[in-house]
Amino acid sequence: MTTPIRHSFDEQLNALQEDVVRMGSMAVQAVDLAVRALAERDLGLCDQVMAVENQIDELNMDIESRAVQLLALQQPMARDLRTIAGVLRIITDIERIGDYAVDTSRQARQLADQPLFKPLVDIPRMANLVQRMLHDALEALVRRDLDLAMAAVRQDDEVDHVYKSLHQDLLAYVQRDPALAAQAFSLLLVGTYLERMADHVTNIGERIWYMETGELKELHE
Amino acid sequence: MVSASASLRPASLPRQGDRGTKIEVEHLSFYYGRFQALKDVSLAIRERQITALIGPSGCGKSTFLRALNRMNDIIEGARTEGVVRLDGEDIYDPAVDVVALRRRVGMVFQRPNPFPMSVFENVAYAPRIHGLARGSDLEELVEDSLKRAALWEEVKDKLKASAFELSGGQQQRLCISRVLAIDPAVVLMDEPCSALDPASTLRIEELMHELQQKYTIVIVTHNMQQAARVSQETGFFLHGELIEFGPSAMIFTDPTDKRTEDYVTGRFG
Repeated sequence: MTTPIRHSFDEQLNALQEDVVRMGSMAVQAVDLAVRALAERDLGLCDQVMAVENQIDELNMDIESRAVQLLALQQPMARDLRTIAGVLRIITDIERIGDYAVDTSRQARQLADQPLFKPLVDIPRMANLVQRMLHDALEALVRRDLDLAMAAVRQDDEVDHVYKSLHQDLLAYVQRDPALAAQAFSLLLVGTYLERMADHVTNIGERIWYMETGELKELHE
Repeated sequence: MVSASASLRPASLPRQGDRGTKIEVEHLSFYYGRFQALKDVSLAIRERQITALIGPSGCGKSTFLRALNRMNDIIEGARTEGVVRLDGEDIYDPAVDVVALRRRVGMVFQRPNPFPMSVFENVAYAPRIHGLARGSDLEELVEDSLKRAALWEEVKDKLKASAFELSGGQQQRLCISRVLAIDPAVVLMDEPCSALDPASTLRIEELMHELQQKYTIVIVTHNMQQAARVSQETGFFLHGELIEFGPSAMIFTDPTDKRTEDYVTGRFG
């Protein structure tokens, strides 16, 4: 029954999704670079984050314009329509993650010339979780694997948990020594960025769910 | 875990008001001689909404449409089984007056087929032979029918001109006003725009939206975008079977049956 009579459209649709995965991988890389820049006080890594972010932005525009073209020229229906609608949402979430990586690198730049008052534990842990979530979500997209999409989304709980612990930890430091407030505030901001990134991965999981089932629902409270 | 849900499934899809059933089809089968063109089709067509029928050539959708006003009766060796109820009455009951039935269930065809007469006479012909109006009443009826078909402004100064002088899109709207002139309850449309240019097509679609306020419309179309644009419910036919029937928003975004999915995404070969 299914013969490849829309071969050219299928190719374009597949290429679009491959580029979404490529864009997502760049975001994983940007998060990694940004948090390493912070931990290693490395301005060179900050520059690399900007370079990756520029590529993400370019890809974002490119994917969006191709998706709109496919809508206009191919009049996709059903699963194809949901795929393109999903792609348009997912790239926005990935692009936001890239922006938060840049925000993180800005904090890293600010803190580069001063010693950290505490070793970084929670922030790298959150960053690892976010990268794994995003990685899992991208793999779920490629394989259309709803279980994996759900698994990616569920890790958001742990991110939230670590974020709370970071918040309490920093608060305790500042209460003991108010002079640490400025640095604590920067670190808390980074924690907030990572927490928001995880929320964007949750959105991505919801889009994958929609692409596959046609059902729009919140996968996470 | 799950806190909110917005599905396109029928349960959560808003209906167009609470429309009653206009036509009820139960276990309809149709045979051209030994060939079975329709296989046990059952569905309910709602009043004053647009129902679209889609499917590949030869799937039975036009045969189904013609079964709704017994147009298939004229085919030699044809046989119909099952029940078609219009407002609760079986239209295949031997007591039914077929001419009266076709007045209630009018039809618009693929190619505009005006009679070789003036614009006015095209519309006046049927009401006159049915004795519905005469004299100034007839003139009023013609004007009213042309207005309902959104054609009056374009033809009011050339009512005496031959219908063939009109453009294809105007001719099709003339055919629609001809149907409206005998005040049907249901209008069947068999690919009404397939011979028209895009602008004329959109005018007919706009007209369908207006007509829907008063009439029940069933349209057969090869143009899936058209079905998606104009209809509230869509049925997908394949090899004489009704594969899936439901809200158009669902058929075109999240069909249930794999065969519907393959067809609407253009992967049906």
